Amino acid sequence: MNVISAIIIITIFSTLLLTMVNEGWKGNVALITVLVNGVISSSLAVPALQGVFFDQVLYGGNVIGQIPIRVDALSGWFILVMNFTVVTGVLYGRQYMKHYENQSANLTLHFASYMINHVAMIGIYCIQNSFAFLCVWELMAISAFLLIIFEHHKIETLKAGINYLIQSHICIMFLTFGFIWVNSFTGSFDFNAITAYTSSVSPAVSFTLFLCFFIAFAIKAGFVPFHTWLPYAHPVAPAHVSGMMSGVIIKLGIYGILRVLLLIKGDFMTMGYFILVISVITGVYGVMLAIIQHNLKKLLAYHSIENIGIIGIGIGLGCVGLGLNNPFLAFAGFAGAMLHTLNHSLFKSLLFYVAGTVYQATHTLDIEKLGGLIKKMPQTSTLFLVGALAICGLPPFNGFISEFLIYSGLFKGISTGSFFSTSFLVPSVFGLAIIGGMAMLCFTKAFGIVFLGKERHLLPTLIREAEFQKLFPKYLIGAMIIIIGLLPQVFVKLVTMPVSLFLNEYNLSDQPIEFSRILQWVSMAAVLFILLCLVMLLIKKVVTKSAEIDVAPTWACGYALPSPRQQFTANSFVRPFRKLILPLLMMNKKEGEIKGVFPGVMHSETHPYDKLEATLIDLPLMHLRGFIGRFKFLQNGNPQFYILYGVVFIFFIIALPLFVNAIVYVIELIKEIGK
Amino acid sequence: MNILSLILILCASLFFTGIVIRTKSILSGRKGPGIFQPLKDIWRLFRKGAVYSQTSSYIFQIAPSIYFASVLIAIFLIPVGNHPGIISFRGDFIFFAYVLALGKFFMIISAMDTGSSFSGMGASREALYSLLAEPAFFILMGSFALLTGYSSFYEIFSALHFGSSISYAVGFLAAIVLVIIALIENSRMPIDDPKTHLELTMIHEVMILDNSGFDLGLILYATNLKFAMYGALIANFFLTPGYEWYYSIPIFIGVQFVFAITVGIIESFMARFRMNHNPQYIFMLTSISILIFLGVLLILGKIA
Repeated sequence: MNVISAIIIITIFSTLLLTMVNEGWKGNVALITVLVNGVISSSLAVPALQGVFFDQVLYGGNVIGQIPIRVDALSGWFILVMNFTVVTGVLYGRQYMKHYENQSANLTLHFASYMINHVAMIGIYCIQNSFAFLCVWELMAISAFLLIIFEHHKIETLKAGINYLIQSHICIMFLTFGFIWVNSFTGSFDFNAITAYTSSVSPAVSFTLFLCFFIAFAIKAGFVPFHTWLPYAHPVAPAHVSGMMSGVIIKLGIYGILRVLLLIKGDFMTMGYFILVISVITGVYGVMLAIIQHNLKKLLAYHSIENIGIIGIGIGLGCVGLGLNNPFLAFAGFAGAMLHTLNHSLFKSLLFYVAGTVYQATHTLDIEKLGGLIKKMPQTSTLFLVGALAICGLPPFNGFISEFLIYSGLFKGISTGSFFSTSFLVPSVFGLAIIGGMAMLCFTKAFGIVFLGKERHLLPTLIREAEFQKLFPKYLIGAMIIIIGLLPQVFVKLVTMPVSLFLNEYNLSDQPIEFSRILQWVSMAAVLFILLCLVMLLIKKVVTKSAEIDVAPTWACGYALPSPRQQFTANSFVRPFRKLILPLLMMNKKEGEIKGVFPGVMHSETHPYDKLEATLIDLPLMHLRGFIGRFKFLQNGNPQFYILYGVVFIFFIIALPLFVNAIVYVIELIKEIGK
Repeated sequence: MNILSLILILCASLFFTGIVIRTKSILSGRKGPGIFQPLKDIWRLFRKGAVYSQTSSYIFQIAPSIYFASVLIAIFLIPVGNHPGIISFRGDFIFFAYVLALGKFFMIISAMDTGSSFSGMGASREALYSLLAEPAFFILMGSFALLTGYSSFYEIFSALHFGSSISYAVGFLAAIVLVIIALIENSRMPIDDPKTHLELTMIHEVMILDNSGFDLGLILYATNLKFAMYGALIANFFLTPGYEWYYSIPIFIGVQFVFAITVGIIESFMARFRMNHNPQYIFMLTSISILIFLGVLLILGKIA
């Protein structure tokens, strides 16, 4: 029995088993299945990462033909990244779902979708036949849809789910188009046909083909302006699903782009500049909108867009490096992108899990209502802090490492490149720097308002620290975050193999060594920094040992009875920033008028909205709806009419060739007269 | 000898704020305190007890130490003339900027930890201003990376030498950018007035309203260190390689001295900006950096 059939049989078996066990065991069944499938797929991925690629061909019937299953280093890396998050996701989800134990059927569907989603993703990473690829891609899209709409009795959940489903299918449409394009010229469904096809056509044509694939994968990954599904789908899904979606599912898009870059032969310069520009816009736009969000999960969702932007900058840089024949640049770019893929999947899933815990403890995700959680949930809060520091790219955490690689590449590119290339790279540095600053603004807000200070709102329930089973997966991720931050050189070695796929024309021996030397210094600096912090704390302890320590209310300029409502709010915290970027935003403000000398209760509401979404999605959609509305009379619900439509259609089909013939006849006639 | 820069910066930090205050008092015709008064204040704070807010958590207690450590480690990266810093690697200025940002992150959340609306206000401003100043620093370093072909503090500064008139202009602009960044980072005039007594118009001071005792001492001393650190960065522009230590040390001290006096003069003769004018002013830095970048391109003949 080979590996592929093992995975399929295990999944089918456990899906059946899931329906039979009681609610308490469903999570465990999913956990075991995910673990087993994870181990099996990792057993292919680990050797692939060391250079032993897996290659097998399945026979898929007359239509599909040969299905090559290839696990190269790129697939291997993504499989490992995915497995970690999927496992922590189910570890956490098993606990998270205990709140819904009364919904037995729903739970079964949820966990089954979870397992199937995992398997579909493994399939996406391995299968290199476009037909089969589309099938597993569809399977992934639909199972993710089922995961999102777990709370389907809520109207907004359903809306977000359907929004996601439609956008996924636009993505599939572009994919199908790209594959058919290649197939119609080569007659093959194998991915290698893309290479064969693009090496025979002009660079402009292969760029157009690349564009087609890029749009498809960009929808999945959430590049601006294809990001609009993300901020809806993430907040409504259960926390572990949001974590997995943000950590893993959108990375399928990144994988797709990387895979296509590996396959397409074309002008890497153009592709690189294109990706760089889109990515910088994505990063800046994503974090800009994240800052003004007041729903914790929505804020995190916008941050995913930002991080996709950072990964994209890495990929773009890598392509520019390939175009410039500069292996250092290419290595820094691709390695940075791949490491950031891992890093983002870690800290983003951690942050989403914490958001889920906060939600279950307080029953709200509105930042303005929270506050002071650090005293009631110290461990959860500290874990959020770790995630927040990591996502801001601060040392000694993992986010810094990948951003450092990308920065090094950018600076190297600036110092060696031409005027043309620097004029792209300098704005990227600018973008990356300002993304970092804005992320800091955003997460000081999120952490400061949600966890620090005092409760801003009377919460209905008693808030307690989450139990150990819920904390355990988070600690696991937190540990990984710190390990990568402190030992980056090890992880750079791990991505050397996948990166070398892109750089196979070059002899890749110096760059990895050079980078691991630099990163050794980074790791030393990070360790030194931690030691210094400890020394400072120790000194403080020794010095203040005999000093008098008092506890008193916060200084409020002499005001003796400050109430929690006088605290700074999230809205005021970002107000100066919001004012600054106002032209780029869309703030829907609802404000009552002040009436009379002694005005009564007043209400003021602000809802930030995505300006790009309004112009690129909502506006065309409105026009489309208006246009299609004109044909509403056709849809009248009368069976007679539908039969009539059928008859008309058949008549039309039959008449069409006759009509064409008639026209051809007339044209020939005119030609003859003209003679 | 790599420890030279650390020693020099630590020494400079002892005098820096004293000189600033002394300049200000001379310019305003006051007798003013002695040069070591700021240090004496800090020393007094170190021996004092502390008052912690009821609202605050452990974040508030560890933040000043982490902030101080972040400034220290940033100083470790700074070279002086021929001597690299204690830690020196390619791209160390990225680490420099980010580790300082980490310190700032902790100061911001520690301000929010007190639950005071004033502290939150200061925190919000600090976060905004540092986000606006960040690109300027990176573009500045990018320009020098382009000019010299290197990407670490030490390599850049040792390869930097001025030739044409444009390069002097570039060096001058770079010094301006660094002075302004130093003023922003330390919340001095014209962005923030450290001597103001109105909480509503404070930035840095209001963030540390609730800090006291040892913590406050650390924060105040970190400000001195930061000044000396930026002074050292500026001094490096004038320390071309080949100088022996008996040249470079006086140059270093001279630059620090001039820098401190400049800060004193700026604070004596400039009024604080209105709060809503600050972002424009800070963002101007980025445009100066881009000017520097274009200047560098001119020097290298990449644009004609």
